[in-house]
Amino acid sequence: MTSRHSGINQVQFRSEIPFWRDERVLRIAAQVISAILIIGFIIWSVDNVIKATAQRGLSLGFGFLNESAGFPIGETPIPYDPSRSFAYAFVVGVLSTLKVAILGVVFTTLLGTLVGLMRLSSNWLISRIALAYVEIHRNIPLLVLLFLWYRGVFLKFPRVQESITWPGPIFINQRGLYMTWPRLTSTGTIFLTASTAGILLAIIAFIWLRKVREVTGRPTYFGLTSLAILILFPLVGWFLAGGNPITFDIPQLSGFNFQGGVHLTPEFTALLIGLVTYTAGFIAEVVRAGIQAVNRGQLEAARALGLNYSQLLGLVIIPQALRVIIPPLISQYLNLTKNSSLAFFIGYPELFFIGKTTINQAGRAIQVFVLVMLVYLIISLLTSMILNTYNRRIQFIER
Amino acid sequence: MAATSKVVRPPQSPGALQWLRENLFNNLLNSLLTVISLAVILFTLAGAFRWVFFTANWEPISNNPLLYLVGQYPRDDLWRLGVGLVLSSFLFGGSWRVWGGVLRTLAFTYALFLLAGVLWPLQAETLTLTMRAFLLANLVVIYLGFAFAGFKFVRPLSVLFGWVFTLIITLVLLHGISSVAFLPDVSTGLWGGIMVTLILAIGGITLSFPIGVLLALGRRSSLPVVTIFSTAFIEVIRGVPLIGILFLSSIIVPLFLPPEVRIDRLLRALLGMTLFSAAYTAENVRGGLAAVPPGQVEAAKAIGLNNFQITILIVLPQALRAVIPPIVGQFISLFKDTTLASGVAVLELLSVGRSILQANPQYIGLQTEVYLFIAAVFWILSYLMSYASQRLEVALGVGQR
Repeated sequence: MTSRHSGINQVQFRSEIPFWRDERVLRIAAQVISAILIIGFIIWSVDNVIKATAQRGLSLGFGFLNESAGFPIGETPIPYDPSRSFAYAFVVGVLSTLKVAILGVVFTTLLGTLVGLMRLSSNWLISRIALAYVEIHRNIPLLVLLFLWYRGVFLKFPRVQESITWPGPIFINQRGLYMTWPRLTSTGTIFLTASTAGILLAIIAFIWLRKVREVTGRPTYFGLTSLAILILFPLVGWFLAGGNPITFDIPQLSGFNFQGGVHLTPEFTALLIGLVTYTAGFIAEVVRAGIQAVNRGQLEAARALGLNYSQLLGLVIIPQALRVIIPPLISQYLNLTKNSSLAFFIGYPELFFIGKTTINQAGRAIQVFVLVMLVYLIISLLTSMILNTYNRRIQFIER
Repeated sequence: MAATSKVVRPPQSPGALQWLRENLFNNLLNSLLTVISLAVILFTLAGAFRWVFFTANWEPISNNPLLYLVGQYPRDDLWRLGVGLVLSSFLFGGSWRVWGGVLRTLAFTYALFLLAGVLWPLQAETLTLTMRAFLLANLVVIYLGFAFAGFKFVRPLSVLFGWVFTLIITLVLLHGISSVAFLPDVSTGLWGGIMVTLILAIGGITLSFPIGVLLALGRRSSLPVVTIFSTAFIEVIRGVPLIGILFLSSIIVPLFLPPEVRIDRLLRALLGMTLFSAAYTAENVRGGLAAVPPGQVEAAKAIGLNNFQITILIVLPQALRAVIPPIVGQFISLFKDTTLASGVAVLELLSVGRSILQANPQYIGLQTEVYLFIAAVFWILSYLMSYASQRLEVALGVGQR
């Protein structure tokens, strides 16, 4: 026994591992090497740019932003003329992108939810129609859809003199949509103030009375009360304003064009419709999956408790479905915002389009590119920050 | 108590009337909805039918089949594409025999595309009788491939290698080898149509997948520097629109390279598509990596595998199987996104359609027809991909174990 032990004891254990197999050394070495490679590559390419721009006598600064832009922009959310600076044109682009994104998000949510609910309908025909909608829009490239809407539909509308008239009236022709629009008269502010106050009060009443009900158990009729406020206030405002707070601005054909009303250009309308219908196909699937993710047992339990249909929906299904729906929904919103850059192909002057025009006008491809991409990046990062906060909030608190 | 045994008939499958009552007319509202939507559908279909068969003028499509297929690729050199087509036909037949299921459907669809070429309206003279005969012969080649794969020595792996070989040989042939007399270089500026769309899509998918996996591993790495670079790359790419990335790879990257380095335009677009898709693939794969139970890694360590072996043999196979649906979804959107390459002057399917419309004054006003045709091509191919992915999920039992 002892002899065997002594045999083992004679083996010399080296206390230190050679450095090329020491994991601590290897880890640091791997990081240093990858850092050197990546940073080296960046330095090398930046050096190339600096050399190339110096050769052509250009600068890499952002001073050109104060120069006059010199190009017209087809449609702008804020007043603009070519004498304004490049920086101002850039802001116009950002605002146009935001305008399309916000309108698009609102409409696509409505349409997507509708189609998603139709998918779940007990009516076979309705659910098939919704399925067809989803399959069509998910398997066709957005750019092809945009071209179809813009060149295949909007540019093929009749000339101004032969406009199609829809109820409203809305006039549709090659130059876009001319819609009747409500405008406030001189007494309109009274009505507007009363309505705003009504909406605010209704919300406050709803929250407060429901709280009272939850705490004391007394019936407070919070729904009815807030509804009454919501109707009464604008009504009173209407009479105070003398019954004519709003006039309708109807587009009139004068000469070769329509005057008045609200004008939507074919570019803007085609872009909005394309983005909305395309994204709605994806949102429909998100909504459907979210509602189907609610456990059947939850439904049965709610029925067993005797909840009625609206309670079942409002208290059991929607809160649980939203938990599943919101994260992918927000990433669809983000997709819509990024996809609005495809407006570049049909000539709606949003951020990317104006960026490209600026490059054609001023050169400075790198600076403009960096600025444009930064805006998209900031929007994305802000969105994912909101999303992460939301995800942390709604995590199931597991017991 | 006398036990009375009553023979109960098994429930019958509901008849057509019963089905109608349950699914379309189960209450008043649904009945109303059914009637209204039926009316709308009939009205729409009748209108669409009338438009497609009587009003629409399909000449811009039926007269230019070759432009949509290959763009301006020299007609005398089309045999190079033909070689690729024959090899593909052979392999489609072989894949059908070896894998069956989805591949059978794909082979059938491929055969249908060939048949469509054979039966294309005859006034399209560019599609000569020789070409039609060649396409018809390809149907026989599919059968030959099917028969050949019946031999015992044909393994699924050899068919897979066949596909890789075909892909490479076709690309080399299309591009040409300058030192070989009968294979002069064909500039990619002449490539176009569905051919370029498929090159961008297949190239983007095969290149972006390994890069995406590496990025995902990098993001989950325990080395901070690697994690930071991977995360930054993924988040920046995902934060900007694809058209921006394409613009970066086509216009900005050349500025960052020494003036003597010139990269081909098609290759630059492919680079952009690949980088973009890699970032999204990375995020999908990361989800799969997170789903591998830590016990698997611990068990692998316990039996003495090193880190590399653990990743390749234990973690990745499980992670990748779990993320097949989102990755195929990503590939479908990559395929659809190839249309954006038209923004950087690559003549893929959509831009071929646009240039046909622009170059021919007699086609003024026929935009709807052209874009509908392109939409239909994309729809069929993407739908096939998503169908194949659903079948693949079932075959691999994703979410079953």
